[in-house]
Amino acid sequence: MRPVIRDVSLVLAHAPSFVRLGSKPLRELRRVDAPLGYLLPYLRDWDAACGYAPNQVFIGNVGVDDLAAHATPWHRHPVGGAQRFGPDGEIMPEHEFLGLLAACDGFDLLALDRDVADRARTALDTHPLIGRDSGRPAVPSGVAPDVIRERIEKHRAVPLLGVDGRLLGAMLPGHDEDDTLTGQVLMENLACKATAALALRHLLARPGAVAATDVRYVINCGEEAVGDRYQRGGGNVAKAVAEWAGCTRATGSDVKAFCCGPMHALMLAGAMVASGLHDDVVVLAGGSLAKLGMKFQGHLKHEMPIVEDVLAGFAAHVARDDGTSPVLRLDAVGRHEVGSGSAPLAVVKALYTEPLGRLGLTLLDVDRFSLELHNPEATEPAGSGNVPLNNYRTLASLAVVEKLIERADIGQFVRTRGMPGFSPTQGHIASAIPYLGHALRGLTKGTLTRTMFTGKGSLFLGRMTQLSDGISLIVERNG
Amino acid sequence: MGLEDQAAVKRVADEHGSDVVVLLGTPDAESTQTLAQTVVTGDPSYAGPLAGVPLGLPVLHVFEPEVKDQVPGDVYEAQVALMEMSLDRDAILAGLREARKTATT
Repeated sequence: MRPVIRDVSLVLAHAPSFVRLGSKPLRELRRVDAPLGYLLPYLRDWDAACGYAPNQVFIGNVGVDDLAAHATPWHRHPVGGAQRFGPDGEIMPEHEFLGLLAACDGFDLLALDRDVADRARTALDTHPLIGRDSGRPAVPSGVAPDVIRERIEKHRAVPLLGVDGRLLGAMLPGHDEDDTLTGQVLMENLACKATAALALRHLLARPGAVAATDVRYVINCGEEAVGDRYQRGGGNVAKAVAEWAGCTRATGSDVKAFCCGPMHALMLAGAMVASGLHDDVVVLAGGSLAKLGMKFQGHLKHEMPIVEDVLAGFAAHVARDDGTSPVLRLDAVGRHEVGSGSAPLAVVKALYTEPLGRLGLTLLDVDRFSLELHNPEATEPAGSGNVPLNNYRTLASLAVVEKLIERADIGQFVRTRGMPGFSPTQGHIASAIPYLGHALRGLTKGTLTRTMFTGKGSLFLGRMTQLSDGISLIVERNG
Repeated sequence: MGLEDQAAVKRVADEHGSDVVVLLGTPDAESTQTLAQTVVTGDPSYAGPLAGVPLGLPVLHVFEPEVKDQVPGDVYEAQVALMEMSLDRDAILAGLREARKTATT
């Protein structure tokens, strides 16, 4: 039984107040005299984040080719009539996201200010998918400001300050003597759970979607390592999210491989379906709070808004062949193996030439390649270059080496088979996944025949191996 | 160049003195120019360990013929050729020439 990808959801939560809690801003702001005012001029409101063209591509309202033609810089040329909801998901405003966070907190560790909680509840209760009657946990009542302050001063709660410096709430630690359960760590884990849960509810709300109770297995490939001091990455976000979304007959587990995690997870989900172990598997991930504002210094230097102000999430449904949904080709998985080494030529051959060759295909048989899709407007001001463009040019160079195109055609290969980066720098999610919604539409209703998704992981960052990682997957038209 | 990398370059230069050559693999003209400047005249942003420290180290880019000629052809093919084809080699080397010119004036 060959597996198909039935559907995918891609969501963003606008979280400008959480930018100060991102790893880089948190460290840098300690050295600043007036940290609140320091970032204030560079934090965007929701209208700006919603109208930001890359975000509109992320939720499927704008196509990748339309983005390539969109005026730059994107932050100065908002999309006219931009909508919160799109075919792939939504861009949730922060005041509502606060309510979602509180509703995902099963241990009452996050306390919101009373007024903040009331506003969040009112907003979230009218949400079309996770509203009051959706069966989700309620947004708990807020507390008085002096209670929040006491938690911060006496119980080491992490304060959550609004963009303007107002005290919105605080996150208590889960234990007095556990560095893996500090308020900061738990806030990161909760943000990951909440955005993954939002994505899953979007997926389950699609017309013809699998019933929540028919989902039998959930694989989480988000970045957070949930655990305690005796088992730092113990898990299991997958099951926590499945519980929240009402997948009562599901179990699950977490898959980790740095930014390559989603590709491993999709492959494993496909294998579960192909083997007959489970008919309906969901792969999902929430956002990385630690990566908010990661390149903010470059944005300040260039007097532009901090565009890394959104948390991302996705969920994909992998199922038995239904005759119409795009097929996940398990017979042509590209693998960066232990022995593949780090030489660029060997790596790209392992990820592209070898799996395509197994099917008797070449690079020219793939309509679109989805690689790391980091938004260059986030990375270039910080000197990190245009990651997607560089990778697409490397791929095109492989086509030259394989004598498929002339060197003079590299630019055209990049334009027609690649795309501009449009993903927030949310690591694992930026790694190929954001194009999946566009690809599924193109492979069913559009003109695409075959797409290829490649994730890479910087395993060496964890200091246990010098290796990197990579998996590529072919997703193609059914029939 | 990041603060940790600056510290590493300084440590190696302190330990080995004039035997050190810096070999760049930078992907564009701007980063080439900045890194070359950092290891020759000091950190231009005055933020890292090389701020105000003119190491004056010889600096080369892996795309330069002087380097390429010393690498076995098959090794260069496997390790560097793909990147050389995909990046703007001429602009990178122009950036390096500019940095060298600045360092000598």
